[in-house]
Amino acid sequence: MGRNVGGHREERASHRRHVAVTKTALAGLRVIELCEMIAGPYCGKVLADLGAEVVKVEEPGRGDPARGTGPFPEDIPHRERSGLFLYLNTNKLGVTLDVATSSGRRLLRELLREADVLVEDLPPGRSEALGLGPEALREAHPELIVTSITPFGVSGPYRDWRTYHLNLYHGSGHSSFIYQDPREVVGGPLVGGGYIGEYDAGLAAALATLGAVLGRLRTGRGQQVEVSKLEALVALERVEVNRFANDPTPVRFPGMVGGLVRSRDGYVVITAAQDQQWKGLVQVMGNPPWSQEEMCRDEISRAQHRDEIQPYIEEWVARYASDEIYRCAQEGSVPVGPVRTVAEVTAWEQARQRGFFAEIEHPEAGRLEYPTAAYRFSKTPWRAERAAPLLGQHNDEVYCGWLGHSRRDLARLSAAGVI
Amino acid sequence: MKEGPLAGIRVLDFTWAWAGPQGTLLLALLGAEVIKVESRRRLDHTRVRSLMAGPVLVSPDHSVIFSELNVGKLSVTLDLKQPRAVEIARRLAGVCDVVTENMRPGTLDRLGLGYEAMRAVKPDIVMVSSSAVGGTGPERTYVGYAPTFAALGGLSSITGFPDGPPSPLSGAVDLRVGTTCALAVLAAVYHHRRTGEGQWVDISSTEAVSALIGGAFMEYAVNGRVPTGDGNRHPTMAPHNCYPCLSGRQARWPEEGGPLWGEDGRRSVSIAVGSDEEWGALCGVLGKAGLEHDPRFADVVSRWRHREELDHIISEWTREHTAQEAAEALQRAGVAAMPVLDGAGLAQDAHLRERGVLETVDHPIIGSRLALGPPWRLSDTPAAIRRPSPCLGEHNSYVLGELLGMADEEIEKLAREGVVT
Repeated sequence: MGRNVGGHREERASHRRHVAVTKTALAGLRVIELCEMIAGPYCGKVLADLGAEVVKVEEPGRGDPARGTGPFPEDIPHRERSGLFLYLNTNKLGVTLDVATSSGRRLLRELLREADVLVEDLPPGRSEALGLGPEALREAHPELIVTSITPFGVSGPYRDWRTYHLNLYHGSGHSSFIYQDPREVVGGPLVGGGYIGEYDAGLAAALATLGAVLGRLRTGRGQQVEVSKLEALVALERVEVNRFANDPTPVRFPGMVGGLVRSRDGYVVITAAQDQQWKGLVQVMGNPPWSQEEMCRDEISRAQHRDEIQPYIEEWVARYASDEIYRCAQEGSVPVGPVRTVAEVTAWEQARQRGFFAEIEHPEAGRLEYPTAAYRFSKTPWRAERAAPLLGQHNDEVYCGWLGHSRRDLARLSAAGVI
Repeated sequence: MKEGPLAGIRVLDFTWAWAGPQGTLLLALLGAEVIKVESRRRLDHTRVRSLMAGPVLVSPDHSVIFSELNVGKLSVTLDLKQPRAVEIARRLAGVCDVVTENMRPGTLDRLGLGYEAMRAVKPDIVMVSSSAVGGTGPERTYVGYAPTFAALGGLSSITGFPDGPPSPLSGAVDLRVGTTCALAVLAAVYHHRRTGEGQWVDISSTEAVSALIGGAFMEYAVNGRVPTGDGNRHPTMAPHNCYPCLSGRQARWPEEGGPLWGEDGRRSVSIAVGSDEEWGALCGVLGKAGLEHDPRFADVVSRWRHREELDHIISEWTREHTAQEAAEALQRAGVAAMPVLDGAGLAQDAHLRERGVLETVDHPIIGSRLALGPPWRLSDTPAAIRRPSPCLGEHNSYVLGELLGMADEEIEKLAREGVVT
């Protein structure tokens, strides 16, 4: 069996690290990330936050374009202060390397020899041109897992299409499956906020990558993991997509009894379709006479009489603040949630007590509060070991410490624009 | 078929509804053996009915929604209200690597199947629990579904048109939670494989949503600004919107002889321009005299300021084309554009068809249906649909007989007594 199968890197990693080391789930897993903007970096972040040693490779001088995308403090652009970049690159090491130069590619190959995983988001065809195509990598690094993230995958008629989040989100069907009262839909198809589809693709890539890492523990071999962002998004509408694939007749979704409803000070969503939830809701509303009528008998009849029932619910909800509705409904076991802004989520006692937010100090951006992750591992906690790297911050640690280059080599590479 | 990367990993699955089953579906696609524990007395409601599927289903084995979310799994039936069934479930945990569940926090503990009980049977078990807002904290007993996760997590508030209502989004929110759960399982299994140590992982569905919009939270953290829905617009790019198109008709797929669908699901096209180069390319396609040199649209900033006029000009052109034609013409010129697809449009889409994302799955009761395959392609240990979704209790004899070594008569007796049901 080859060297480092399954990662014997833990020992080495703990030797190298001078900071206090939390026990982490992915300790010792080494990942090289050659990605930009959101999807690929989010994949790297998910792994880094769980303890993988992720080296982010950026173009010298320019860096990941996410550095140029705000939000910036006081709206003053600064490549070390982009909120988006800071969030997406926590816990990573950062090096610079120009893959367009042959010296840069040499250095990258040296890095790959030290790595368990490469995550890359080069356009299809570009990786082959750089000598980083599947065959070349397979030959040189048979144990390496190579995760390639592209908008459409490496084949098919749209392979080389240019896209932004807007295009992929709307191209994936998501904007057509919204749970909404048709009377309230104005303005046509609507993109999901916060570039969520890019994160979705990154999460899908992280999952498949970890799958391959586990596979390697058994087989001792690396492999190619191909992730199409479009397909990652389509997969999240599995139920709807499969339904249409088998029966193209559009269903007229009558809308949910409840659903999105305006309260005194905002909106709440109520999901009370099933009998038990409905009974809870009726009780919370004080068993009004209309709720005893035939139309409210069961889930089917309520759906059929949705337009008659809904105004009663709306009238009741409008009398209260969202939080009042939330408390009293949830105390009666009725699934209700207020629509909250990110500021309200940040102040939410439940999330705060669970430690969902972490303060992280960054040399340029200062101390900021970051969302962490949805999971609490009892033995290997999410960590905020370091903030996002400054551009090229770890060139020395990685090129000299890992690869054994001298500082004078680094100066030469830097002078030539390679790093 | 070649084994998946998770071959040899066995999961005891107490999840139901959408989010949890999506998580274990992903594990099954990656080759894990997933044993779903269910009961005729407390059916996964996706086996019973759905507003999308219409009225009450003929039987629990006829539900296509259940089928979509449970492809590749095994089913064992145990009535967990009965102590003997609980005892069997514990023994099953003893032969599994992972336990997953998404019941209301506290429920499995009351049944005697919580983490401590599982650990007593198998000290190194990995257990992953997901719930609406997490298994700790003052609101831990609160309940929820996809729309409440989107609302509480902040996603609804940043999805909407200006002055319009927030969006409740869709069932995809549940599947995002499921993906997060699957990831947590794999990270915990990796740790276990390396160190021999099991653990409990507690997941908040609402936090799973918030983590996927981290940039929006940073907007608030950095500048104290509260982001809100801005339709399809972008803070710096213009044009950046969806534009109405001619509605086209799609020809019948000759090789399948399927029904001739009316509207082809391509009623608008999304167009986004991020650079001067892309703007020049767009002008070339629109072919409108003087547009490229119009001072209102001369640079990134002026285009953004005049984005409404731009939208008007672009939609004059898109209205003359089907969305597919428009997208293809724009892409040929180097402009980011795609048809806005709905369910029918996706099922017909040439790219997805050529990529083979839909495959035929034969189910003994439902029959032959198209289903989405794995969302990733692994070259050596492929992810794949290895079997259809299970009928209720279909694998009782394998799970109880082969895995636990019970004799057939014993299983039959337990079935008669309503323990295995």
